[in-house]
Amino acid sequence: MLEIKALKSAYGRIEVLHGIDLSVSSGEIVTVVGANGAGKTTLLKCLSGVQPVIGGSISFRGETMTHVPGHKRLKRGLAQSPEGRQIFTNLSVEENLRLGAFLFTDARVDQDMAEAFQMFPVLKEKRNLNAGGLSGGQQQMLAIARALMGRPACLLLDEPSMGLAPILVAQIFDVVKGLKALDVTVLLVEQNAFGALSIADRGYVMETGRVTISGSAKELIADPRIREAYLGH
Amino acid sequence: MPELMQFLLSGLTVGAVYALVALGFTIIYNASDVVNFAQGEFVMLGGMITVFAYGAGAPLPLAAAVAILTTVFVGVALNKLAIEPARGAPVVSLIIITIGASILIRGVTQIVFDKQIHRFPAFTGDAPIPFFGATLLPQSLWVVGGALTVFVGLYLFFTKTLTGKAVLATANNRLAAQLVGINTGWVMTLSFGLSAAIGALAGVLVTPITLTSYDVGIGLALKGFAAAMLGGMGNPKGALVGGLLLGVIEAMTAGYLSSQYKDAAAFVVILAVLFAMPQGLFGAKSTERV
Ligand SMILES: Nc1ncnc2c1ncn2[C@@H]1O[C@H](COP(=O)(O)OP(=O)(O)OP(=O)(O)O)[C@@H](O)[C@H]1O
Ligand SMILES: [Mg+2]
Repeated sequence: MLEIKALKSAYGRIEVLHGIDLSVSSGEIVTVVGANGAGKTTLLKCLSGVQPVIGGSISFRGETMTHVPGHKRLKRGLAQSPEGRQIFTNLSVEENLRLGAFLFTDARVDQDMAEAFQMFPVLKEKRNLNAGGLSGGQQQMLAIARALMGRPACLLLDEPSMGLAPILVAQIFDVVKGLKALDVTVLLVEQNAFGALSIADRGYVMETGRVTISGSAKELIADPRIREAYLGH
Repeated sequence: MPELMQFLLSGLTVGAVYALVALGFTIIYNASDVVNFAQGEFVMLGGMITVFAYGAGAPLPLAAAVAILTTVFVGVALNKLAIEPARGAPVVSLIIITIGASILIRGVTQIVFDKQIHRFPAFTGDAPIPFFGATLLPQSLWVVGGALTVFVGLYLFFTKTLTGKAVLATANNRLAAQLVGINTGWVMTLSFGLSAAIGALAGVLVTPITLTSYDVGIGLALKGFAAAMLGGMGNPKGALVGGLLLGVIEAMTAGYLSSQYKDAAAFVVILAVLFAMPQGLFGAKSTERV
């Protein structure tokens, strides 16, 4: 579904992705783990078209989209719940969700919103409140729900567990796992390698702009190098 | 007492224009963080183009429509040719670009039209209407009514339409707006077009009272900026209240002190706001929660 080949990206003159190869098949949950500053967020930004690509290619559902502008990628089925949630803090919870479906005006919008509220009942309670007043966990739920309102075939998730209490982390990972049943393919970026690998099918390890290890989630969890570097034993 | 009422009425009339200029500032500021000092030129263009289209024989409503559309075109061009290509430059550079653009617009207007002072007739005559011992020009009602209509219309646009919410979303978080499929470049174009239209409309409404010439834009930009600061930059409600308040302060200064000090009022307001409450009356953009 998603094919990334030799992808390079830079901030100004400083190259931070040095040729990433990565693929995600339809129906998979694939995770990218790696330390601070490895380039995970930059990779997802390239995929969403909000960060310039200076080499390599991205193809999605059989079409090249390396240089498609950012606002046109959701129409092609690629959504992102970005790092730091990035919800619209000046708008209500419901308005955030409605804007997630900005591309649509049909009756399914209401239906999708009802489903989002079913998935995250707390958002329904707070639907008319300003989204800026939500707690971190609620904002994360809103960010995921907003991305799903765009009816993606593939969802990019950037560190959904960041800064959350363990019980909320578990809840968020459960939701991500549940996306399989909704036919949404997932590319999950995480520093919480253990949590991510335990729900993923496959994984990639990124270090300073390169993929260093890849394999099935089971293999990676058992890999001594990963256990040492990311799993803390 | 009739004196006070008279000052109040003229203050509110001029204040309505300041409010519209401040609203123009607000819309562009929210969409791009740019303080567009060419905003006053939009008002000037609205008045001047109407003068010349009317002089060329067009009926007044048509002349006004031509003026507003031409100004929208200028506003969109300003964004496309000057602001968009400089995307990523520091905001200060963008502000300087708008100052440059305002000088250019003024220069071109002076060449295409002239340096004289102009007016066209009031929409519904000049017979003063008695009002609690004071008198009111019919055109003042047009100005105040026009401004209120714009504010109500814009309020509905931002709260009731998906496009309006997309503009608010872009103002709040450009990255997230792109991720949900909003063309943020188009939102910028829309914001400049809208601000230009509002400015030009203000020029059309007020020219029969205040007259116009190629150089009225600088003063209006400063007054509108002061009004926007007073109300809180980025807040439409602040633009309305700040504009009306500044108009009244100015009219009272002119009436009770001396008309020589009238223009100083705006500067005193800017300084007072900067010292006493930099957020303005209605605060700035809501602070983000991490
Ligand atoms: N806006 C920016 N300007 C310049 N350099 C940047 C910018 N954003 C990121 N970088 C640099 O690019 C590299 C990759 O950063 P990136 O944010 O993609 O890493 P990450 O893997 O997502 O890290 P984290 O786990 O902390 O989120 C880092 O060296 C970072 O310093
Ligand atoms: Mg990151």
